[in-house]
Amino acid sequence: MGRKWRGTPLTAADIAEGRVATAEWRPEAKYAWSAGESIGRFLEELQEGHLVGRKCDVDDTVFFPPRSFCQEHFVRAGEFVRLKNTGKVETYSVSYLDTDARRLEEPVYVGVISIDGAAEGMGFMHFLGEVEEKDLAIGMRVKAVWKPKKERMGAVTDILYFKPV
Amino acid sequence: MVGIGYEGFPRETPHYSFKELTFEAALKAYEDAGVDPRKDVDSFVVCEEDYWAGWSISDEGAPDQLGGVLRPLHTVSGDGLNGVANAFMQIKTGYFDVVVVEAHSKASDILTYEGILTFAFDPLFYRLLNAHPHFLAGLEMDAFLEDHENTEEDCAEVVRKNRENARHHEAASFGGQTSVQEVMDSEVLFRPLKAAEISPLADGSIVLVLASAEKARELTDQPIWIRGIGWSSDSPWLETRSLAEARYARWAADQAYRMAGLERPRRRVHVAEVDDRFAYKELQHLEALGLAGGNRAGALLREGFYEMKGDLPANPSGGSLGVGNLLEASGLFRVMEIVRQLRGQAGEHQVEGATLGVAQSWRGIPTATGGVAVLEA
Ligand SMILES: [Zn+2]
Repeated sequence: MGRKWRGTPLTAADIAEGRVATAEWRPEAKYAWSAGESIGRFLEELQEGHLVGRKCDVDDTVFFPPRSFCQEHFVRAGEFVRLKNTGKVETYSVSYLDTDARRLEEPVYVGVISIDGAAEGMGFMHFLGEVEEKDLAIGMRVKAVWKPKKERMGAVTDILYFKPV
Repeated sequence: MVGIGYEGFPRETPHYSFKELTFEAALKAYEDAGVDPRKDVDSFVVCEEDYWAGWSISDEGAPDQLGGVLRPLHTVSGDGLNGVANAFMQIKTGYFDVVVVEAHSKASDILTYEGILTFAFDPLFYRLLNAHPHFLAGLEMDAFLEDHENTEEDCAEVVRKNRENARHHEAASFGGQTSVQEVMDSEVLFRPLKAAEISPLADGSIVLVLASAEKARELTDQPIWIRGIGWSSDSPWLETRSLAEARYARWAADQAYRMAGLERPRRRVHVAEVDDRFAYKELQHLEALGLAGGNRAGALLREGFYEMKGDLPANPSGGSLGVGNLLEASGLFRVMEIVRQLRGQAGEHQVEGATLGVAQSWRGIPTATGGVAVLEA
């Protein structure tokens, strides 16, 4: 064990059983963030099974997800535009761990998907499904697979995953 | 100061994300200053607090709504007036000609306001008492009234005055006619502090554009000059800080007045916007700023000295009691209001002929931190 330290070691049990002084505090920190005009519309349209972007009128760039202003030209964004629910895998990874860092029985495929009709590289991160690990590839064409309509809640998880086309 | 813009100040703004709220304020400020943020602004300062935002490392969310992507930007975890001090110093280095300062309140997004305030107390000492955080305001008010020549009625008078002033502010949410008796009769929450003496929360974003003297003269024929600026913090320990006197404000004012070469401020300043998030705070701050002839803020208030038509109108905007508590944007609101006054653009709450003004900030419960800016037309 190497060097021996002087003193009395503390164990997890000492803390759990209250043998040492501790203070505990659970913060009350709750929020209800306003989605705003663009993300609000985006989430509503997801529930209907549509993907929408929004245009910058200066150079017709289509933001996806939609934004209310253009960060390059600093102008209010223009019209919402409906996009196809197809796109291209820009990059992907295979995750073997869950959020608690436990090994998953079946790995999860995660990709960044650029949406057809949106500005170069704009899209979102989502799961890839109905595909074998060996067939995953950057540049792969994919299509959204939606939850049944009555289960959709206006959230990005209204799309289950993207599958190859 | 070459540009000001705000979007606000309703009780809630469910139609805007905080980014959209800020973008609207920024558009107005840039139009007012005649600058394009993508070409003309050298640096951005954003004042915010992660726990108000509900977003850790929230500075990463700050650039796009200001036009600050791929530009120098830093955040200050504090009141907007401290951001003005940072921008002032950046310009003084000579490396920056135009600097933007932003602060906002999206208080309506916060479901547990008291919980966040309580979380700001020392975790091993005060917090475990599990008292409502406003108890500290009750302690301060009690100590203030004991030591100074002011009464509970004087504090109630501040509420009456500021809510009356707010009736003339185009964006105030809490303007109205309130009698001193109504305030005195409102529920005692933290004796001697009463419900009507606590400013209600509001939403809004404020953007100011600062420039070097040379650049300012190029951009506008009506620049407002920062003559002095100061800030300080008293001890964080409730037992060793002054509860009766706002020492942080006195120290900050001394620094700002020294820089401005301003002596006998009570006779020279034409208009003041000071923190009034609790009614007694306005009197306490006026005294700390040397605008009350020592401890006489209450007496001067009774004589009409701080009224709209008085010698030194205090909070002609209506302050936090009339406009609303804007969290970290509170001090920036006061700076903006002084700029409007000195430009002669304060509309129905214009103080006639004002050319020298003072804005003061306090970071709110449980802090003893504040700043002071002296501005001149
Ligand atoms: Zn654009």
